[in-house]
Amino acid sequence: MTSKVVVVGAGVVGAACAFHAASAGLDVTVVDRGAVGAGTTSRGEGNVLLSDKEPGPELDLARLSRALWEEAGEELGSDSIELEAKGGLVVASTAEGLTALRGFALRQATAGVRTEPVEHVRDIEPHLAPGLPGGIHYPQDAQVQPVLAAAAMLHAAVARGARFHTGEIAAAVMGRGDRLTGVRTVAGDVLPADAVVNAAGTWGGEVGRRLGASIEVLPRRGFVLVTEPLPRMVRHKVYSADYVANVASSDAGLETSCVVEGTRGGTILIGASRERVGFDTTMNPAVVARLAAQACRLFPFLRGIHLIRTYRGFRPYCPDHLPVIGPDPRAPGVIHACGHEGAGIGLAPATGALVTAHLLGRSWRGADPAAHTGLLPDRFFTSGGTSK
Amino acid sequence: MSDPADLIVVGAGPAGMAAAVTALTGGLRVVLIDSGTAVGGQFWRHPPEHARSVIPTEDLHHGQREYHDLCETLSVHARKGQLDLRLNHHVWSAVREEDGFAVHTVDRREAPQEIAVVLRAPRLLVATGAYDRQLPFPGWDLPGVLTIGGLQALLKGGGVAAGSRVALGGTGPFLLPVATSLAARGVEVVAVCEAAHPRAWLRHPGPLLRNPGKWAEGAGYALTLVRHRIPLRPRTAIIRAEGGARVTSVRIASLASDGSPRPGRERRIEVDAVGVGWGFVPQLDLLITLGCALTNSADGNAVVAVDKGQRTTVPGLYAAGETCGVGGAVLAVGEGRLAAESVLADSGAAPVLGTKRLAAVRSAVAAQRAFARALALAHPIPPAWSSWLTDETTVCRCEEVTAGVIRTVRAEGACDHRQVKQLTRAGMGWCQGRMCGPAVHCLAAPKQAYHPTERLVATPVTLGALADLDR
Repeated sequence: MTSKVVVVGAGVVGAACAFHAASAGLDVTVVDRGAVGAGTTSRGEGNVLLSDKEPGPELDLARLSRALWEEAGEELGSDSIELEAKGGLVVASTAEGLTALRGFALRQATAGVRTEPVEHVRDIEPHLAPGLPGGIHYPQDAQVQPVLAAAAMLHAAVARGARFHTGEIAAAVMGRGDRLTGVRTVAGDVLPADAVVNAAGTWGGEVGRRLGASIEVLPRRGFVLVTEPLPRMVRHKVYSADYVANVASSDAGLETSCVVEGTRGGTILIGASRERVGFDTTMNPAVVARLAAQACRLFPFLRGIHLIRTYRGFRPYCPDHLPVIGPDPRAPGVIHACGHEGAGIGLAPATGALVTAHLLGRSWRGADPAAHTGLLPDRFFTSGGTSK
Repeated sequence: MSDPADLIVVGAGPAGMAAAVTALTGGLRVVLIDSGTAVGGQFWRHPPEHARSVIPTEDLHHGQREYHDLCETLSVHARKGQLDLRLNHHVWSAVREEDGFAVHTVDRREAPQEIAVVLRAPRLLVATGAYDRQLPFPGWDLPGVLTIGGLQALLKGGGVAAGSRVALGGTGPFLLPVATSLAARGVEVVAVCEAAHPRAWLRHPGPLLRNPGKWAEGAGYALTLVRHRIPLRPRTAIIRAEGGARVTSVRIASLASDGSPRPGRERRIEVDAVGVGWGFVPQLDLLITLGCALTNSADGNAVVAVDKGQRTTVPGLYAAGETCGVGGAVLAVGEGRLAAESVLADSGAAPVLGTKRLAAVRSAVAAQRAFARALALAHPIPPAWSSWLTDETTVCRCEEVTAGVIRTVRAEGACDHRQVKQLTRAGMGWCQGRMCGPAVHCLAAPKQAYHPTERLVATPVTLGALADLDR
């Protein structure tokens, strides 16, 4: 068993790892070069989704995570992290699209997701465009304010004895027998540790390399649009059925399929584009225009509403679009918890619980390492321990 | 204008007008874009054309001859088709493309209708000016409390005085023309509260002596203040506004050297309007998004870094006027000319100014920049200004976030205004932190220069106008 843990990254995933590990009684130090949730955590919409996931390892983790968000809400205060079980509504735009969507929902239902077919989508979302053939309501879909949630989980961890260290990781410190004894920061501080968790999000690839446990984590750019504040006009997370295809896609070009939802602040969020352009931060008005056009097709009233802000971030993804969670077989003591792509907010609590279970060597809060072997880093390596 | 443009100028204030005129004179084809209904910017703001004969404002202006000359040259080139003047066009984004720049605007001439218009040219000059820097204080959100820039805009743009008994406060020389303009329209200016100490100037006398024009301008204001019996109160600040439906009085306090109110040295003055300004914040949204390097200016702002020819660090992109550091209209005109000369040189066109005149403009610009720097150092934001705030004082007006909430998250570790925003929503509303950003920054990280948040959307634009672009 491990007692001292260093978590690299104070995004929502790192905060969840610290929260669960500290709750399990481990000695936790969180290291980040920046502020809490300043990276991808602050660049998304706060999706806690089951609706967009196919049956498989990610959906298994998402179902556990949905339950753990509920528990975290009870412990931290749902209001203070703006956790809201608003439900998702996936809308088809054509009859063929609806047939495909229903087939997809049926498979999800078999895997334990609650799905409710909706014939008249305007009954539950009155400002949708007329003439849409139907959709599926996913009552378990929820929303959370990611930075507030990350900060709250980190505070709770600190209340349980965890520490926060501002700094940037340089390398692992090895003791006798190639055993990990700590990590060194760029500033030269050495933080003692029996295990180090790589929860560095988009920088997970680089942090892995510095710890002697290279993994491939790539950025996928996304823009999110924010409107002026309005009275509540959109009640669910509403998106077109194309979104599901795009999330699972490996296409390098621009893909947009908009997700429209209201927030507690009154603004409407419109996401999200997907582009593989490296860490290019350039503004792209064509992408913003495409998202606006799609949102206006779903909700015609949006044509007269002002966009007041747009932001973009980089989703960290692994080549097979699944997160990598678990011990690295090449570097004892290193546990990866990254590559969540656009699902990091939703998957954070289960990731934290699963990492804690790996640290403890037993199940923790419903997370059983034996039930999530599909997410282990082993899948990327041959027996020689090198990247495939 | 049917042929492609050589240069787009964003902002038709003194810098943008001067730049456009120089570039046009040099034979370039220019697009000049402004969100206003007329050229002139804030400094040369005038009533709408059709109302000018009934609302006289000439006496409120400085440099009117320059303004009329620039207007006349612009009109000549517009008639010839060499200038494409786009008024009522709001620029919401500008991006680099392979052959130059695409400037994304919405045409609001038929408001509320908005039409997306994209303009392109190989070179871009950004002269978007600056706006009043505000510091919150108890009661600053009462109706009747305005920025001094707002008071001046009402006077110059519509001949409207915001009140009949007005107190002004803040710091910097802009308090003086606003006081004299108000007095010229019969307003009783009951106090001009200048937070700085008059002796602060003695620490940097050089730039003052080298700019005799400014010296004379200051003396002119001083005479007007005396003539109208306007009390100028140094080392004093408006620390509270009071009232019900609108402001009815202010509390002014004598300040200690750190800017905190001296105990027992407060007094109450009855007013029906208040104007406050703590210098200006450059409008950098387009430049930051385009990736220009910034630098720190003596007034605590970040400004765009330019070379001696007003070139930014982005090839083909130039900046002039307040975006390069707040320094007033005369400096802005000089910088606009220099920027346009660089555009001409970089385009392979012949210069407009001869070597001697160019050297004269350069040396005048250098002297005025030194003066602006001395001005900024003599008129700092009082370090202890936040001691005026109670925990209940609203800091972010759009999202109604109080000083108490910001102090709490700061005590919990929030170390910059971006993080304060993420945790409290301060700066997430309609103005996107343009008003409260500097104040939140001062509360969160008082020892660092203010670097505004990147705003990829420089002005609100309807989703309908954006959607029409996607065709």
